[in-house]
Amino acid sequence: MTVMIDTGNYIAAKAAVMARPDVVAAYPITPQTTLVEGIANYVKTGEFKGDYICVESEHSAMSACIGASAAGVRTFTGTSSHGLLLMHEMLHWAALARLPIVMCNINRVVGPGWNIWTDENDPISQRDTGWIQFYCSSNQEIFDTVIQSFKLAENEKVLLPVMINYNAFILSHTSMPVYIPEQREVDDFLQKYKPQWKLDVNNPITFGNIILPADYEKIRKDMQNSQENAKKLIPEIAKEWKKKFGRYHGDLIEEYKCDGADHILLAMGAIGSESKVSINNLRKEGLKIGLARVRTFRPFPNEEILKLGKQADLIVIDRNISIGSEGALFSEVKASLYGKSDTKVHGFIAGLGGKDVTYNDIETICRKVVEGKAKDCEWYGFEGSGK
Amino acid sequence: MAIKNLPVEECMIPGSAACPGCPATMALRIVFKALGKNTVMVVPACCTAVIESLYPNTSFDVPVMNIAFEAAAAGASGVEAALRQQGKGDTTVVAWAGDGGTYDIGIQALSGALERRTNFIYICYNNQIYSNTGIQRSGATPYGAWTTTTVGGKTEFRKEMGEIIQAHHIPYAAQACVSYPEDLYNKLKKAKDIKGPKYIEIMAPCPPGWRFGMEKTVDMGIMAVETGAWALYECENDVVTFNGKSKLILEEKIQRKSIEEWIKQQGRFSHLFKPKKDVKRIKTIEDHTDQIWERYRKKYL
Repeated sequence: MTVMIDTGNYIAAKAAVMARPDVVAAYPITPQTTLVEGIANYVKTGEFKGDYICVESEHSAMSACIGASAAGVRTFTGTSSHGLLLMHEMLHWAALARLPIVMCNINRVVGPGWNIWTDENDPISQRDTGWIQFYCSSNQEIFDTVIQSFKLAENEKVLLPVMINYNAFILSHTSMPVYIPEQREVDDFLQKYKPQWKLDVNNPITFGNIILPADYEKIRKDMQNSQENAKKLIPEIAKEWKKKFGRYHGDLIEEYKCDGADHILLAMGAIGSESKVSINNLRKEGLKIGLARVRTFRPFPNEEILKLGKQADLIVIDRNISIGSEGALFSEVKASLYGKSDTKVHGFIAGLGGKDVTYNDIETICRKVVEGKAKDCEWYGFEGSGK
Repeated sequence: MAIKNLPVEECMIPGSAACPGCPATMALRIVFKALGKNTVMVVPACCTAVIESLYPNTSFDVPVMNIAFEAAAAGASGVEAALRQQGKGDTTVVAWAGDGGTYDIGIQALSGALERRTNFIYICYNNQIYSNTGIQRSGATPYGAWTTTTVGGKTEFRKEMGEIIQAHHIPYAAQACVSYPEDLYNKLKKAKDIKGPKYIEIMAPCPPGWRFGMEKTVDMGIMAVETGAWALYECENDVVTFNGKSKLILEEKIQRKSIEEWIKQQGRFSHLFKPKKDVKRIKTIEDHTDQIWERYRKKYL
């Protein structure tokens, strides 16, 4: 094991290459660029021995990944924001075709106006495509999750693509020390991909032709079952990783100081890690507060959240908004509790457009709730005149 | 290769859902005979996605991956890379798309794959319309033709896709026609043995789309060539050679027949003849065809 001090994107590139994909197809977009540049460097050094297809758009990136995965090889890509949105059609295609593609998505604001900072509306708008979605809070978690994701995606009980999300610049361009296992250890953890079916001239099958409603519905149901299977497999894989490498970032959620808490904060991504500082400070002040960092938005950790909801009131911070409704995490947290717990849930929209959400901000949000001054749902730190 | 000597092996097997007189199935038979079973097909949204027949059945005896409308060339790039990574670089990867998926929505992915020197054959079967969706105009629809979205007749000329392809300077590009199976077969055989990107476009007269009888598909293709509405040629490493009747027309050894003879047999042009002959528009078509051939002669003679 070695320690590599580098940015989230270069760490993701390192992880991707160590997973030994046969094909990477990618198109550059800020802030993902250093990820694809990182892989290009590994092509030059010979550490990446697969095929690197520099396509002419993100739509083609995902299409090429679909072709490669259908032909039977491990496949990786990365994108961000508008790139993810351009892929939208093919995200559905990849999931419905049951192709275990792994992709990093660096969470960036959607234009107009042009803004390269972070929020999470890009992946949230893709939540219904069938992809498993992780949200990372450190570069170490990015590395570990990329490797683990191939194992999860390729499991016969899952066979769904995985999107690993992390925040633009806060993680993508910030250097942190990351433990890197030996290649042989990764190879031992992640065995060679052996698909059950593929494009094979010795066994000619037509994939994706016209399908009648009843058979189509079976595919959808099977995808849903597979997301449910992923709920069981994500903790198993995390446990195996912990046993082998000593690191653990949580299962579907990461609980932090939830014992005896009467308020629990829920957040994703970098706000999730920033929140740990806030929780420490608030605990020192005597507040009984904990954190549940949501690691997977799909599958959604309904059971875990219900358990927390039976213990404490919940505070949800969303770095996204489903316009016309509310924060996506807020909605889904409430749905998880519906009819089973009448705990209070407070939602906050924060950090849209890449606005900073510091530990001070998070503490202010938490205090407001604990002191009974919070509304059901509000925008934190909103500076305009809009209501 | 005489037609009687073509391989008897068929990868286009019974059970297809094609219309009677479908040019795509006729062309596919020749494609499979030329390329053999060591072939993988990538098919975007187009008539062939229907022709393949319903899940869980198939009318193709080679592996087929369906993909979204604009994604054939990019999908094929991924398939090609994956097969090569598995030591199967000898498998022929074919992207098989219609003119809508080639001239219009798929042109970006196609251009990208050609520029990247993807080792595959991109085949466009060109029936000059979005036929699968019910006869809408495409960039390949000729001037004056009725479609459901050009109800009074198309007011623009079709794209010269061949010239767009040639601008990529790929090792092999060809235009063929379903009515000349030997020529098509030879072009496919040649393409199969060349490394890098290959592009073959097949003129495919569509009975319901062009409004002619299902027994006339071959005739309509022959007339497209004889009137100069379509040219048979191949382009190997930037050297263009015209084939068959098109060669004779190019060299002015024969006169091209008038386009009017071709279009008057197609219901899609009937508004140019009834209730009275639209001399102006018919002349526009003839003049445009002359201009194309003048350009060909300047460039290729």
